[in-house]
Amino acid sequence: MKYKGTVVVTLKDGIFDPQGAAVRGSLLALGYPQVVDVRMGKNIVLYLDVPSKEEALSLLDEMARRLLANPVTETYMVSVEEWCSRP
Amino acid sequence: MKFGVVVFPGSNCDADCYHVVRNVVGQECEYVWHESKDLRGFDAVILPGGFSYGDYLRSGALARFSPIMQSVYEFAEKGGLVIGICNGFQILLEAGLLPGAMLPNDNLEFRCGWVNVKVENADTAFTRLYRPGEIVRMPIAHHEGNYYAEKETLDELERSGRVVFRYVDENGCPSREANPNGAARNIAGIINERGNVLGMMPHPERCSEAILGGEDGRRLFLSMVRALCS
Repeated sequence: MKYKGTVVVTLKDGIFDPQGAAVRGSLLALGYPQVVDVRMGKNIVLYLDVPSKEEALSLLDEMARRLLANPVTETYMVSVEEWCSRP
Repeated sequence: MKFGVVVFPGSNCDADCYHVVRNVVGQECEYVWHESKDLRGFDAVILPGGFSYGDYLRSGALARFSPIMQSVYEFAEKGGLVIGICNGFQILLEAGLLPGAMLPNDNLEFRCGWVNVKVENADTAFTRLYRPGEIVRMPIAHHEGNYYAEKETLDELERSGRVVFRYVDENGCPSREANPNGAARNIAGIINERGNVLGMMPHPERCSEAILGGEDGRRLFLSMVRALCS
């Protein structure tokens, strides 16, 4: 079974995100005072060939921990959906 | 003494380091391709600056998995001297050989220029030829030099004298204005507990000859030679 996994990596709460702050500044300048904060991150998509969704999730979590996110500064979220055709 | 300069795909300060070790400091030096695993015969290893693996994912994150890095671990474990400069520092952080991590500069700028750096610890294998508290001038060139670590880690680094270099103004004050990248506590360079692995953002190899505008970096390499000879 093929799965499409997504890992979203962002800076931990409380760590200053200069990119997010710059984007927020521009949004304020555009007339969106409602924007209280902006956090930038990385969206990493991985196509996996594994037997089950659970295995896909566990692999993604392991890879995020070991490489895709830096545990000192970053946090991550993983999600999985079924994917039939090759990318 | 024999130095090894590790070359990753994307390293671009390797030739500068090689030149300084060989022609300025007068020591043996060899390039070590990142796919090699052999550090036998080397007395010191330099991880040079640049953009290893194009800085993809995070600076230093992919270089950390190059075959040579396992040998660098073992080399450091045995007490060999390892210095990571700029991207080399980022690699040492990603590899866990030094604590903390690098964030993008808080001003979002690629900072390229001279900074004043205070030698906070002149009692290391890398700094013994500097005076304690001496202020030296060195160039920086980076986009991710915003050193970050948890408060407890920072406190421990300070307490144990492992903050080796700090960005300061000309009076030696670690002011906000003197901090080029937002680094926690103006930290420009740290050393491991054992004192044989140093990471620093400024480039000593770019200021080891008067013709390049400064000579303050030369004593770092000479310190290493002195340490290895003693």
